[in-house]
Formats: sequence, structure tokens, C-alpha cells
Amino acid sequence: MKLSHTFGASLAALTIATSALASEQSIIVQSTTSTANSGLYDYLLPLFQDKTGIQVNVVAVGTGQAIRNAQNCDGDVLLVHAKPAEEKFVEAGFGVTRTDLMYNDFVVVGPTGDPAQVAGLTDVQEALGKIAQAGALFASRGDDSGTHKKEVALWAETGVDPTAASGDWYRETGSGMGATLNAGIGMGAYVMTDRATWISFANKQDYEIKVQGDEDLFNQYGVIPVDPGKCPSVQIEAAQTFADWLTSQEGQSAIAAYKVDDQQLFFPNAPKN
Amino acid sequence: MQGIGEAVSLAIQLVITGNADLFEIVALSLRVSLSATFFACLIGLPLGALVAISRFPGRGAVLVLMNALMGLPPVVVGLLVYLHLSRSGPLGFLGLLYTPSAMIIAQTILIAPIVAALSRQVLEDLHGEYAEQFRSLCLTRGQTVSALLWDARYSLLTVSLAGFGRAVAEVGAVIIVGGNIDHLTRVMTTAIALETSKGDLALALALGLVLLVIALGVNAAVQSLRMSARRHAYV
Amino acid sequence: MSSIDTAALLRPQALPEARYANLLPLRVRGLELSCGGTPILTGLNLDLSPHGCTAIMGPNGAGKSLLLKVLHGLLTPTAGEVCWGSQPPAAVTARQALVFQKPVLLRRSVAANIDFVLKARGKPRQARDALLDRVGLLHKARAPARRLSGGEAQRLALARALATDPEVLFLDEATASLDPSSVQVIETIVQDACARGIRVICVTHDSGQARRIADDVVFLHGGRVAEHSPADRFFSAPQSPAARAYLDGRLVL
Repeated sequence: MKLSHTFGASLAALTIATSALASEQSIIVQSTTSTANSGLYDYLLPLFQDKTGIQVNVVAVGTGQAIRNAQNCDGDVLLVHAKPAEEKFVEAGFGVTRTDLMYNDFVVVGPTGDPAQVAGLTDVQEALGKIAQAGALFASRGDDSGTHKKEVALWAETGVDPTAASGDWYRETGSGMGATLNAGIGMGAYVMTDRATWISFANKQDYEIKVQGDEDLFNQYGVIPVDPGKCPSVQIEAAQTFADWLTSQEGQSAIAAYKVDDQQLFFPNAPKN
Repeated sequence: MQGIGEAVSLAIQLVITGNADLFEIVALSLRVSLSATFFACLIGLPLGALVAISRFPGRGAVLVLMNALMGLPPVVVGLLVYLHLSRSGPLGFLGLLYTPSAMIIAQTILIAPIVAALSRQVLEDLHGEYAEQFRSLCLTRGQTVSALLWDARYSLLTVSLAGFGRAVAEVGAVIIVGGNIDHLTRVMTTAIALETSKGDLALALALGLVLLVIALGVNAAVQSLRMSARRHAYV
Repeated sequence: MSSIDTAALLRPQALPEARYANLLPLRVRGLELSCGGTPILTGLNLDLSPHGCTAIMGPNGAGKSLLLKVLHGLLTPTAGEVCWGSQPPAAVTARQALVFQKPVLLRRSVAANIDFVLKARGKPRQARDALLDRVGLLHKARAPARRLSGGEAQRLALARALATDPEVLFLDEATASLDPSSVQVIETIVQDACARGIRVICVTHDSGQARRIADDVVFLHGGRVAEHSPADRFFSAPQSPAARAYLDGRLVL
């Protein structure tokens, strides 16, 4: 019957597609969203692929989910920004080594009206304190991502427990950076975001950076090849090649060269060897 | 504020300039969702037919279950499939996670209950009309099922279309098991989600419009098939 | 195509007498059937000889159609015994065919409706054109079956019944409300079938039809057989008061 032909054909097509994939060397990078959404990978990966022929597939999720996926052995390289969690990942044997890769910084963006009067502050704890005091809306990722972890730490240093006001002025979106920015801008809330995502974000409306420049807003990215001892499926050679290239002179220059609107988004700081 | 007008002109521009990325994404969307629809029909139609013509204890519970499964949240299906296909999961050795195959599996699970439940209804109605004649002809169960499936083919086409519609429009399952990897597992809906999260609402909306046009095209094709079938009193 | 012997295809493959001996005579004893708690047949007895055409008549609601379905094995009686030779109806359904009052045709072409039955019974498809020709539908072979007129549809249903090569052919008011030419075609085919040895049992309201095709008449009334006579005697001198009243047009239930 015709039906069984179609069935056979699509099965064959599926098989071919899968085997074609397997034949060329490719790795999966479990990544934070900011590096993907800002367009950094679109710039870096073709350079790397041209040089090595290794296909890099990026799964961009929050840092928390990226780490969990990597722990399930569903990636070859982890590229996130939550140093304590990354170190725990390596200690538990899931990662080979963690290397500092690059940094940028977090900023707090808000509406032109600036209801909590935080514009121009360089002390982020002071700014958060004023927001809490004014009860001005604040949209949080609330998704256990690197940015969220950082934000929670900053609130703790400020001495405010915003979750007590969760649903009131403190709004946890439980979504990615972009979705949280869309939601925050929609409701007129302050949002803490990494600078890279903010610069490349296209739906800014009347929002601008209100708080920046505090040392505490420093945002370090790290790269970790997943340990083949824990995860035998890992393509460790290709994974190590990718991590080495990123931290090499060539990779670091490429990171520095990536600009949006003439602004550098990431600042390479891998240790020189 | 980015308007609808901007999105429409962007959508038209994307299509007429033959944007390669767009066509790659559209092609993958269609490949994944059409394959899922095909496999869901392969599972759902015979299942629906068997339940339609059978009477057994607990049939009522089966019907309730089938109807309830129609409302499976895509994210839940995505998670379940992820847990099975993950390298640390029972089927991890297949290496299917983050491939189109994984997306096809997830969407098949998502829409097979829709195909089964809706086809059960269609075939039960038709069987009501045919049952006595078929018993007089002493047909076997297999002959009955295949005759019902063939005679209800145009209604079942609409049923499969309902499944396809849900598959091609869902994002929750494919983004988890596919990973929205550029040039590998990025489909219309995950691309829309991505552009939205980048704040590029016009591009997201433009992609949405393209998706809408595709859905319209598929529906129109099926509708015209049904119209010609109706002229032959085959519906 | 023309080399096929039409008559041979239509003939029920020169059935051996032994096969008849299995299925007939028909013996019904103490048959009871209730529908939704209402008794319809109450202790019905009936014997049918191996050959000929039997008309079952009776007022509306007498249970004629239900009796036919019991005999065909589609309905299980509440009580009583039905024996085709030595077998119960459900065991011999496949050796019989029933033409319903409202033909149930598949949503396919005329030809495909016949093909379906031939295939289901493992019979060669070549028989199809001869069957369609026999009922005057060969020119409509490719037409959608459900676009046929009432008379054409019933002729197709009859052709389909014959395609199963039955030993017993039931007709349940098969010609009610059909055009006269279709009635004539159907009656001719039924008479032919009967002449070729197929046992015909038909339910009809049409006295003229019963006179034309039936050898004997079974008259149902009050849940039982009120009279079972040869057709000519039934119409010229009915024995039971109910049959007399019915034929005079006085009996309404």
C-alpha cells in the first residue's frame, strides 16, 4: 500500500538525517542565554568552525538549567556565569576544569519616570534599598539562572528580603532574561540585567540604564568541558579544543572584537599561559 | 512601540527576498510536525478505531483517559521525553536528544491522543451506521477497522489536521527536547520565542505571520479536498 | 473480459446437495423475543423446506424484520430454538445474505462496493462486472455509490448480497418505496436466484409482490405464525381470521 511506502521513506529519511549528523564532529554547548541572545555565538562560532571543522550546537537556557542538563550528560561544554555553582559542578566531578573566560557587568534598568529615584547611583545596595523602600516595581528572573543568583545575593547584602513582597512590588517572572525584560518594561518595573543582553535588546522603549559601575555588579563567565569520566558520551577532544580556543589569544581577541552599536559587550579575561 | 504594520512588511520582505534562514526554519517545522502527525496517525487511528468498535469493561474509563490526554501540556510532554532521552536517562544511549528525531517523538506523544480521541468519535458514529450490515457480511475485526478507516478518510484528514495544527503551533515540548539549536533544531515556534526574548517583537511577529500563512495553506488544501469529496458523497 | 462465463459466475458454484442438507430445512421452536421489555415474538414455531421463496407478511409491528434478523443470526432471541439443519443462526451467518430496507452503502464507488465484499470473501474480482451488469449498474460502475437513486442503491445492495454467494438470501422490505422498474429488476433477479437454488426469504407488505415471487407465505400475528400456506391458497382462501382481515385491509395493529 501507498501508506507503508511513505512510512518506509520517512523512516529512511529519519535514519539518514541522524547518521549524517553523527558523521561530522559536533559538540553541544550548554550555555547561558546572554551569550546567545546578544549574538556573540553567531560571531564566534563560524570562526571556530572554519578553523577546526567542529560543529558547535548551542542550547541556550538559564545557567541553572544549563548546569542541570550538563549534569545529565546532555552537553559537552558548559558556558555559564555563576562561579560558585560552577566550582561545585567541577568539585562533584562533572567538569574537567573551570577557566575564567570573560566578563561583563550587570546593570539595573528602569523607566524614565524613575519612581524610586535611583538614577545615577553607583552603589547597587543603596539603589536596591531605595527601590524596596519606595515599593517600586522590580521584575526578577526568579529562575535560578546566573543573573537570578547574583540578584538574590545582592538583595541579601542589602539586608532586604524581597520575596516577602513577592507578587506585590517584587515580581518573579520565572523566565529568561529577554522575557523578563519584556515583562518588566510592560509593567514599568526595574530590572537587573547583564549589559550584553541589554545593549542588544531591541524592545527598550523608554527604558535606560539607571544603576551601573558598582564592583559588586561584576559578571564573570567561565567555560568548563564536561568530564568524560562521569559522562562517557562526551566528545572530550572536541570539547577541550573549543574551550582551549576560546581562552587562546585568538579566541580572546575575537570576543573583544564583537560589538553591537559600537559597544563592546564582553571583556576577555582568561588567564594567559 | 513596534506595530503590526512593521511586522507585516518585515514578513513580506523575508519571504520575497527568499531569506535562507527562514526557509530552513520553515522546512524543519514542516518536516518535524508532518512526521509527528504521520506517526501519531499510525498509532492513533487504529487505536481510535479499535476502541470505537469494541465493548469491554472499563471502556468508559479509557474514553475519559483518551479525552483527558488531549489536553496534555506540551511542556510536560517535553520534560518526560527529555528525561527519557537524556544521556542519563533510560534511552540516552540512542543519542537522540537535541535532534529533530527527539522533536518528532515529543510531538507524536503530544498529538497521538488527539488523533485517537477524535478519530474514535468519528469512527464510532460511522460504525453505528455500518455495524448491522458488517455483521451480516460476517466481517472480521480487521476488515471492519480498515473499512471504517477508509470510509471515514476525509473526516480523519480533518482529525489529523487538528493534530498537525497543535504540533506545528506548540513550543513547550520542542524547545526542551530540541534545544532551539540554530541550523539544527530551530523551528518556527522556538525562533519566535527566541526573537521575543531578544525583544525583537517585529521579527517574532513576522515569523508568526509566516506560520499563520502556512497553517492557512494547509487548511485550505484539506478543505478543498473535503469539498470535492462531498460532491461524491464520500463525507 | 468477454471470455468470462457470466452465468457461471452468478451461479452459486453448482452447490453440492450436501451443503444444502447442512443449512436446511429450518426449524424454529418456541421462539421468544422481547424488545426493551415489550414481548414481540411469543412462542413462535416455524418450519421451512429446503427450496423455494418464502414471503413473510403481517401487520406493522408483528416482528417480521426482527424474525429475519434472528434467523440471520444478528439478534439473539430471548428464548426458544432456531436450527439451520443442525446449526444455530450465528454459525451460518456467513452463508447467508440480507438486503436491508435501507441499503447501507460504503462511501466508495459502485464498483468498489462490490470489490469490497469479493475481497472480504476471498473471491475473484472478475465477478464484479457480471454482477453489476445483472442489476443494470455496469454503466455506473465508477459513480459514487451514495449518489445513486433509491432504486439503484437497492439494486447495488442486492448485487453485493449475491456477491457473497449466499445459500440463503433474506430481503427485508427491499422494494418498499422504490420505482416500478427497480422493483421489477429486483424481483426478476430474486426469482432467478431462487430458480438457481438459493433459498429466498423475504419480508414484504406488497401482496402483489408476494403473489409474483413467493411459493409460500408465513403470516405473523400476535407474536406467532398465524398461518403458513402455499402462496396461491393464502391469497385465494386464507385460513386464519387475522390473514383474512389483513388481506381485506381491515387489520391494523
